[in-house]
Order: sequence, then structure tokens, then C-alpha cells
Amino acid sequence: MRLDEHPILTFQRGKEVSFTHDGKEMRGFEGEPIAVALHAAGVKVLSHSLVKHRPRGFFCAIGNCSSCLMTVNEMPNVRTCTEPLVEGMRVETQEGRGSLLGKD
Amino acid sequence: MLANSGYAEIEELSRVIPSKERLAKGAVAIAECLQSIPCNPCNSACKRGAFLAFKDINDLPTVDVERCNGCGLCVSACPGLAIFVVDESFNETEALIKLPYEFLPLPIEGKDVPALDRKGEIVGTARVVKVQNTKTMDRTPVIWIAVPKAMSMIVRNIRP
Amino acid sequence: MEKTEILIIGGGPAGLEAAIHAAGLGAEVTLIERDPFLGGQLTKQTHMFFGSYEQFAGVRGVDIAEKLKKEIEENPKIKVLLNAAVAGIYPDGVVTVSQKNKFLKFKPNRIIVATGAYEKMLPFPNNDLPGICGAGGVQTLMNLYGVLPGQEIVMVGAGNIGLIVSYQLLQAGAKIKAILEASPNIGGYLVHAAKIRRMGVPILTSHSVKEAYGKDFVEGVVVHQLDEKWAPVPGTEERMSCDVLCLAVGLSPLSEILWQAGCEMKWIPELGGHVAVRDEDLLTTVSGLYIAGDVAGVEEASAAMVEGKLAGMAAAESLGYSVEGLLEKKDSARSELAELRAGHSGDKIRGGIDRVERLTRGKVTC
Ligand SMILES: Cc1cc2nc3c(=O)[nH]c(=O)nc-3n(C[C@H](O)[C@H](O)[C@H](O)COP(=O)(O)OP(=O)(O)OC[C@H]3O[C@@H](n4cnc5c(N)ncnc54)[C@H](O)[C@@H]3O)c2cc1C
Ligand code: SF4
Ligand code: SF4
Ligand code: FES
Repeated sequence: MRLDEHPILTFQRGKEVSFTHDGKEMRGFEGEPIAVALHAAGVKVLSHSLVKHRPRGFFCAIGNCSSCLMTVNEMPNVRTCTEPLVEGMRVETQEGRGSLLGKD
Repeated sequence: MLANSGYAEIEELSRVIPSKERLAKGAVAIAECLQSIPCNPCNSACKRGAFLAFKDINDLPTVDVERCNGCGLCVSACPGLAIFVVDESFNETEALIKLPYEFLPLPIEGKDVPALDRKGEIVGTARVVKVQNTKTMDRTPVIWIAVPKAMSMIVRNIRP
Repeated sequence: MEKTEILIIGGGPAGLEAAIHAAGLGAEVTLIERDPFLGGQLTKQTHMFFGSYEQFAGVRGVDIAEKLKKEIEENPKIKVLLNAAVAGIYPDGVVTVSQKNKFLKFKPNRIIVATGAYEKMLPFPNNDLPGICGAGGVQTLMNLYGVLPGQEIVMVGAGNIGLIVSYQLLQAGAKIKAILEASPNIGGYLVHAAKIRRMGVPILTSHSVKEAYGKDFVEGVVVHQLDEKWAPVPGTEERMSCDVLCLAVGLSPLSEILWQAGCEMKWIPELGGHVAVRDEDLLTTVSGLYIAGDVAGVEEASAAMVEGKLAGMAAAESLGYSVEGLLEKKDSARSELAELRAGHSGDKIRGGIDRVERLTRGKVTC
């Protein structure tokens, strides 16, 4: 959920942009981390683990823990908690290590 | 007990609650700050020098109740939001409490709101007398509420 | 190869103060920060800080960050690189930095490491479910980007971070089901505890998480009571639904680059984990390499700023820079630190520091 009113803070957001998540059209604000835009849109599962395929979400949100790795524009292992959102990005849930060859 | 539940029992507060006589005379600050921590803005906020000088930054604050006139300047300056002003001379039946409140929406002057104790439980009704939110308060508004006199040491929060 | 006199790694309160004071003596400084902004942890703190006037007591963390940032921007002796992460410090004194798609190499005369800390994890079944996250992660989402991570939160840890992040969640409009604390007493400042408690949030001491449950993300936790020896009391299990389980169970110094640089490290639990052995100027056992802030021992922003000030002055001094009364300034920084660590809450920190500080003058240890 996005906060509009806050007793202490005011939020400066970039311009609204569209991107896709697993092919589905979504909207977010330019420059905010990809994982933030996904979370605001209700997406909590960012990848599945290597061996047991368990769902993974963000943990540290500062680029330390690798819990948020996703495939972005066909590039696997992008830390989406710090990578800024750009218009037209193709963001995909990553399975295990991901593949440099893309999905097909 | 404050140390394991987060709320102080009345007995634990005896050190900071002014005498009956002083309370009856009018507004006075009560610093519910009972643990030694490295902090002293209360001391610098008071223009009347009513917070006794700190020898060490870890000292507990002490209000000189004879110097304090209950102006409330220190309420929004305390990072622990631990200072309240109580005025038992407000009127025949009610006491006035000034408390810090950093949430939205702010209460509306003149309205009745639920009054909460130190545990956050509803213990009665409070009338919002004034909402102070000046620039110097820097986003820590001070709410003035009127409660029955018997509740002056019980009510410490509201829910607008 | 890029040249700079003093390279500072990390733009939190420690790194910012180090830069300001090193440049204040006349040194050329380069400040490297991996985030797209300066301020470190300060940028997420909506509450007024403790401490005294010298450490901006009564000012909100976010506003302290703005003040320091402005000073840095106005100082022509300080060069700032944002979005730049230090990858390593090599034996020949070369520091490698990756900035976006660029790879830079620095050969500084002095280095100050001020990388801060990272959050600890807690072991329990299903602790990897989405929705279980660190307190810092929650703060980043909520206070930097204005996105609420969930509606119903269970917080683990009643230290200052657990208490403050709970308060910030309330300010952002979330409901806190409970704050769980394994120890029989609240570890954070009791004034913070009191302001959350009077909002109606239960603080359950001697309680912890047994396990989390949920299919694709966390749907709740099983909470149980602990006895005096921290052993679970059978039959006290209780289910508590939530959509975020927030862990605030402590920080550890982010010290990889100190290990890599070859600093002598010591395990000091009171300071959060492994920390570098240092002298009273915060110089480590590697020549020319200083530390400051949480990486030198997890404390508070107030102490981080004073350490930054001290390390910044000491590093510049070692390059031959000086100002009127430098010795007194360094001594007064040291007494500010002693004062911050003097009270009851500073006992642990003092004990820890005594075991890693190698005094080269004055009092002799071991
Ligand atoms: C919820 C919470 C509440 C707090 N409340 C208070 C309070 O009331 N009063 C108080 O005094 N303190 C408080 N603190 C503590 C305070 O925020 C920290 O002690 C302080 O920020 C430490 O400063 P630092 O500069 O060492 O580290 P940080 O602020 O963590 O900054 C470190 C910086 O280094 C950067 N970095 C790390 N690694 C690299 C690398 N390899 N390359 C480039 N850059 C890197 C990071 O991105 C970061 O910006 C609080 C902390 C938290 C989490
Ligand atoms: S209420 Fe006014 S006079 Fe009394 S201690 Fe606070 S600032 Fe001083
Ligand atoms: S400013 Fe508030 S928290 Fe700090 S010492 Fe004074 S009363 Fe206590
Ligand atoms: S959530 Fe930890 S690296 Fe992204």
C-alpha cells in the first residue's frame, strides 16, 4: 500500500512509468527500487529458491542478502531491492540461478 | 512494571509526581522519564530553567516545580515523548493534560475522544481543548485535553 | 588510477562527519557511497534523536542527514561518488570501486571505513517466507519510498530498533499485533517502550517465535513463552495471524573489507560481532586504515558521528594537516564518546571497547 499522508515525512516520487511483471502490465514510479514498485502492486514473491523451490521475498532491502534476485530485461540475478525502476522494464520471477539464455 | 511491560505503575512514578499542594496550584510538567539514558533536550528546552542542570548527560531529569509554570515548551522537545503537563486547577471538575501526539489524523478541537491510560486501554472520555502544532514544535503537536480530575494521573493518550 | 588523499567508504553519519572533519583540516577527501543518496541509516529515522546538543539531540534523523549533506555539498575539498560500491582493498593499498557500469581504482594515502552494519537473522522453521523481513528493510520501504509493507505486523525484538520501527509502523498506519522479546526485560529505552505501549501495543517479554506459517508468504506465527533460562514453556503456544513478521534482533558490523584488508579482528559480542582492533585514534592494525561508526562496534548514530569526527581529524593529522587546538579537539571528541557511553546503557559498549582498543599513549592495557 502506498502512503500519501504521513505525520512526519513527505514523499517525492518520480514520474509514473509502466513495466511488466511476468508479462503482466504494471505501474510504478521511476527511480524507486523494482521490489518497492512490485510490493506496492501487491507482489511479494520475487523468486524461488535453488534447491527446494521455496518462495523468496525481500529481506534486507539494502542490497546485502540476495533474497530479492530477479531476472530483469533477460538479465538474471538483479538485486531488485536496490535496482531503480525504468520505463518498459521486463521483470520476471527468477527460478533458481536463472539463465543467461533467457526463457526460450 | 515499566521494565518488562512498557508501562509504569503509579508507584514507579512517585519520584516524578508533584505534591498534591503543588498540583492544586496549577499547571506543572511531569517528566515520566525513569531510566538513565544519554539525553538532555528537556533541560535546554525550558526557558525558565525548571529542569535542574545535568551533571552528566545520563542523569535523570528533575523538574523544579516551583519554577515550572506548565507552559509546555518541553513537551514537544523531548525525544522520548515522556513529558506531560497537568493542570488540576483548570476548572471545578476537570484537569487539563497537555500531551505529545505524532499521528494522523489530528483530533478536532471541541470534540470528545476516547481517553487512554499508559497501557493504551480506554478509561474514559476526554474533551479536546486545543491542538497546538506550530513550526517550532517541528511535527510533534501538543494536544490539550480536559478529563475528570480523578483521571489526571491515569490518562496519557487519546484516540481521535 | 584515481588519486585522493583520504578515501572514505560509506556515507552514513560516521562517514559524513569523517569527511567534514578531514576536509576541515585541509585534506582532499573522496567519499564513496553505494546508495544513490548520502545519509545511511539516518535517512530512515523519523524520530528525534537522543544525545546532547553537539550530536543534534532533539533533531529528527532525516533532518540530521540533510544538515550534514548540505555541509558536504558546500565543501569544495570533498568529492562524492554515489551509486558506487567498494569491492575490495588490496595489499598494495589499491581500493577498487564499481560504479554502475564503471570500474574505478583508487590509490589513497589514507582510508576510513564507515560501512555501518547489517541485520541479524533468527533461526526458526519457515523463516524464509516472503513477508518475513528485517527491521531495516521495513524502514527502507516505508520511510524512504512510502510503501507500507503490510497491515498487521508482529515485531520480534524490543531493543531500540524494534521499538522505534514499531512506532514508525504505527505512524504509517499499520497495526502492530505484538512486540515479542525473548529476554525478561525490554532492552530498548523505556521512554520508547512507553510511547508504543500507550498506543495499545502489547510488549510480550519472555516470549519468542516458535515457527512461522503460510503457503506463499507469511500468514502468521506461533508464539511461545520462555522461562528464565530462555527454554520454551510447553503448552504456551499461541497462533497470531500477521502479514509481516519483522525481525529486529540486532546488528553486526559490516566488516568484510576490513578482513580482506588484513586488519586484526576480534570477536566482541558486546559490539555486535567481529570488529577491528584499533587505537585511540581509531587506526586499525593496517597502516593508514581507520574505522568509524557501526563497523567499529554497533552503537548509536551519536557515537558514530563522534567517531567519524575523530577518525577524520586523525587521518588528516597523520598526513601533516593541522589546525589551532587540534589536540584539544580530539580530546574533546574522546570525552564526548566517554560521556555517551557512561550511563547504565553504555556498560556493555564500554566493556567491549576496552577489549579491542590498543592504547598507544596514556593508560596501558594488558
Ligand atoms: C531503527 C533504528 C533507529 C535508530 N535510532 C537511533 C537514535 O535514536 N539515536 C541514535 O543515536 N542512533 C540511532 N540508530 C543507530 C544509528 O542509525 C546507527 O548507529 C548509525 O547510523 C551508524 O552510522 P554509520 O555511519 O556507522 O552507518 P550507516 O548509517 O549504516 O551508514 C553506512 C553507509 O555505508 C554504505 N556502505 C556500506 N558498504 C559499502 C561499500 N562497500 N561501498 C560503499 N558504501 C558502502 C551504506 O550504504 C551506508 O550508507 C538507529 C538505528 C536504527 C536501525
Ligand atoms: S512546562 Fe514550561 S516551564 Fe515547565 S519545565 Fe516545561 S518548558 Fe519549563
Ligand atoms: S528530553 Fe525527555 S527523554 Fe530526554 S532526558 Fe529529558 S525527559 Fe528524558
Ligand atoms: S532484499 Fe536483501 S539484497 Fe535485496
